[in-house]
Amino acid sequence: MAKIIVITSGKGGVGKTTTSASLAMGLAQKGKRTVVIDFDVGLRNLDLIMGCERRVVYDFVNVINNEANLSQALIRDKRCDLLYVLPASQTRDKDALTKEGVARVLEELSANYDFIICDSPAGIEHGATMAMYFADDAVVVTNPEVSSVRDSDRMLGILSSKSRRAEMNEEPIREFLLLTRYDPSRVQSGEMLSVDDVQEILALKLLGIIPESKAVLTASNSGTPVILDRESDAGQAYSDMVARYLGDEVPHRFLHTEKKGFLSRLFGG
Amino acid sequence: MSHTPVENAENSALSSSESETPARTTSIADSVKGFELKAAGFTLPIIRVFDHNIEAIAARLTAKVEQAPDFFHNMPVVIDLSRFPSGASAVGGLPLLIGLLRGYGMIPFGVRGGTPEQNDAAEALGLALLRDSYVRAAKITTVNSETEVDADDLQWQTTGSGVTRSEASTSRKPVNHQGSMLIKRPVRSGQRVYAAGGDLSIVAAVSSGAELMADGNIHVYGALRGRALAGMNGNLDARIFCQDLQAELVSIAGHYRVSENIPAEMQGFPVQIFLDQKILRIERL
Repeated sequence: MAKIIVITSGKGGVGKTTTSASLAMGLAQKGKRTVVIDFDVGLRNLDLIMGCERRVVYDFVNVINNEANLSQALIRDKRCDLLYVLPASQTRDKDALTKEGVARVLEELSANYDFIICDSPAGIEHGATMAMYFADDAVVVTNPEVSSVRDSDRMLGILSSKSRRAEMNEEPIREFLLLTRYDPSRVQSGEMLSVDDVQEILALKLLGIIPESKAVLTASNSGTPVILDRESDAGQAYSDMVARYLGDEVPHRFLHTEKKGFLSRLFGG
Repeated sequence: MSHTPVENAENSALSSSESETPARTTSIADSVKGFELKAAGFTLPIIRVFDHNIEAIAARLTAKVEQAPDFFHNMPVVIDLSRFPSGASAVGGLPLLIGLLRGYGMIPFGVRGGTPEQNDAAEALGLALLRDSYVRAAKITTVNSETEVDADDLQWQTTGSGVTRSEASTSRKPVNHQGSMLIKRPVRSGQRVYAAGGDLSIVAAVSSGAELMADGNIHVYGALRGRALAGMNGNLDARIFCQDLQAELVSIAGHYRVSENIPAEMQGFPVQIFLDQKILRIERL
């Protein structure tokens, strides 16, 4: 049985797709059979970040509507054999995601994979609720600013009340916090919320802190998950996050300006 | 005990208007069609009858009514029959009781907690039958107040009828049988929790944008950043206790204060909030 992980946030532009791509790649590189699904029907981006946009033939909605089978729609990653991408449809809207259809696709994938990563669209509407409904684990991606924290908090409320696990009265979804676009120098000068500020409100297990980094944009534009850029601070932070998710004890890095300076000198980033 | 009915009544107006604002009313038809069908919560006095000796009840009633005759005039009341002795004589006693109440200027309009025979008798008298779910919530309130009030043939209490549980995310919260509720996970922005007929205890933080409601007290062992409304059924003795006050709004029995009006020296501290002669007071613990 695969573990279903939803990458969600409520707010847009915080790094859900970047995180989905890097987490999926990280898990696959650790030998886990992984599939990453783009739930952002109508605004698909995951294929670009994964660099497989020119190989999309069939998509998630085709599979839901039985117009294609899963093996036709899944795109194998060229860099890692264990990683597959299920792209969203760009020409439909979110209503194409039916609960029964999504359940059937996830069940079918569940038999053949270790991890299914659901890249949620922004918002708390149908697309986002479909992405999180069947989840076992949730990674809540949050930027260190008040509106993102509030939206994450709202999303956590929805996770604990409107998911399948909540409705079936099962053990609740495991929730993790991933703080992205963290800038220690701005935290120090009081312009940005600190990890502690965010944790005071959300009180979740902290899966990682991804520093604000130019490497993320570069990686996105070139269709490479940033985790593959091992030289960059963001890439390393994502690697740490994957290790932590799999149960390793890894200390948090990139929390302080001094440390960042030291590492950048060391790695030339 | 003797002056409670008056307080309850004044408070009921406040609490019903206050409690209707957070989406308690549900609109079914739109106004374009000439009318609107809505569900609203009203706080009503209830008369619980423990004895079928009408003379004894009449004597007690007279004593009560004399204390505040205006208050009882045209006052709608619900009759709680859950402790009224059942049997043929009891069914016969119901019309007498109705007549008695009407004689004092009250408007008995419904019964609850009756046996099927009593309900038939009530229907024959043109009274409404109120659903059982309200009885459960109200019984708890009675148990609480009985500890303070001497056992009495007649007991006045107020209860919110037509109270709907909030649609968002209250469904699987652990509820115990006293109507009190204990929540161990954080209450997130956008979630609403309502402890009908009891206390609400939360051993986690309450986020801004979350809403807590309880007929009894509210205890928050963590930061309270959302809204907290205690004494929803008009209980003026309800209190709010929290470890770290950062609330957006606090209210007891409809007497509320928003964040802006909470003194800065109370913000961030463990406090209790209560009504002192209908003035909301915040005190450090």
